[in-house]
Amino acid sequence: MKTLTAPFTEEQVRQLKVGDMVEITGLIYTGRDAVHKWLSEGNEPPKNEVDLNNSIIYHCGPVVMKKKNAWTVTAAGPTTSIREEPYQAGIIEKYKLKGVIGKGGMGEKTRIACQKFGCVYLHAIGGAAQVLAEKIVRVEGVYGYEKFGSPEAIWKLQVVKLPVVVTIDAHGNSLHAEIEKQSSAELQTLFAGMKK
Amino acid sequence: MKAKQQALFLESLVEIIRKTSTEMPADVVRAIEKGRAVEAESTSAKYAMNIICDNIGIAKVKSQPLCQDTGTILFFIHYPAKTDYELMTKLIKKAVAAATKKGYLRQNSVDSLTGENNGTNVGPGSPVIHAEPWKKDFFDIRLMLKGGGCENVGAQYSLPDGRVGAGRDLLGVKKVILDAVQQAQGKGCGPGVLGVTIGGDRGTGYFVSKEQFLRKMDDKNPNPVLAKLEDEIVQEANRLGIGPMGFGGKTTLMGTKIAALNRLPASFFVSVSYMCWAFRRQGAKVSVQGAIQKWLY
Repeated sequence: MKTLTAPFTEEQVRQLKVGDMVEITGLIYTGRDAVHKWLSEGNEPPKNEVDLNNSIIYHCGPVVMKKKNAWTVTAAGPTTSIREEPYQAGIIEKYKLKGVIGKGGMGEKTRIACQKFGCVYLHAIGGAAQVLAEKIVRVEGVYGYEKFGSPEAIWKLQVVKLPVVVTIDAHGNSLHAEIEKQSSAELQTLFAGMKK
Repeated sequence: MKAKQQALFLESLVEIIRKTSTEMPADVVRAIEKGRAVEAESTSAKYAMNIICDNIGIAKVKSQPLCQDTGTILFFIHYPAKTDYELMTKLIKKAVAAATKKGYLRQNSVDSLTGENNGTNVGPGSPVIHAEPWKKDFFDIRLMLKGGGCENVGAQYSLPDGRVGAGRDLLGVKKVILDAVQQAQGKGCGPGVLGVTIGGDRGTGYFVSKEQFLRKMDDKNPNPVLAKLEDEIVQEANRLGIGPMGFGGKTTLMGTKIAALNRLPASFFVSVSYMCWAFRRQGAKVSVQGAIQKWLY
């Protein structure tokens, strides 16, 4: 188990390898479908509210409740990342993102951007909304609540020991591509054995 | 229904939603524990399964959603024939809005044309209500919350399928089901469970494939041909090595439930629904007075 404190340096990112189990502490931002589309259309959030430079984006649409004028995250698992594949590489490049947290993996464009710009894809445990919500110790703010709706807004979150697995590293390796290849070969072996 | 009855019925519906969203049914917990036991120590597969088990425990204790994607809200209901159907559906929608306000459901329903989210989970197509009258004097209300990640990896095949090399026979059926598992990889939040329909039209095929998730994980298909196919699919899918979350590992599928419907001579559909490990379904026997009498899972 490795522990990392955000913001990450490029050197820290380059030390990570596919399969590493990591716990993250520090500031992260949520961003999913609406935000990725909006950012890729050239829009930028006000820097004093949301500074994406060298930051970490979490593909997550949390359940957030307002209790006594304070936000509390009551569920916060990752959403499927592949939907952001058309946009992610451009956003990694523009903001020099150091990490993208999500689930299900991403494609070639993102793998290449991670390698080129020193970013990693960190796989959280899909569906584990409660374990992950417990790691969010503070909501520092929200941007675009009205514009995007609660699940799609950019939530600024302080996390402690958020558990993830590196599945795309900054050296061009992707666990997703590897498992896809292996399982495809195994499927063909199974099919071959089924012939009547 | 008198006002008092309506209030009680509404309260029972909210409780069914709360329990479905926050507590994993016992049969699914057993399947997950089995999956955790077979993964090797110090692997990311084991790490994932441990976090999944912790998550099930915390959600129950805190009475908060197991997964933040509280999913498509699917009701399967049998109701006493003399029930006021319109009133019943009105109360169901009211319960959904109330459960959303309490945080048991995320604000999860979006207008497909405008992108607007009214924050209530009530709108065209939400909640989904499949309801049939029956002669008994109580309600059987079952609820499934099916997340978007797993819904997105569902697949419908029309046999013969050239890409997969699947013909119009049981072997072809098996091939496309395994193909659906391989295509899904970890994107559906595995280890998963499949609901499958062989035959039917496109719409009914998908509907009946989802209905299979109402079956208990450890039941046995009364049709021996389907029972055998269900077992084989699980064994063979687990040879693919996709594992929990697609990290690689031994547990890719925890179960498969299959139904067969008649088809047209011209059509041969195989409809595959994928359910994530966060398999949320619950049900209750509810009296005509509106009180929960018994939990069904």
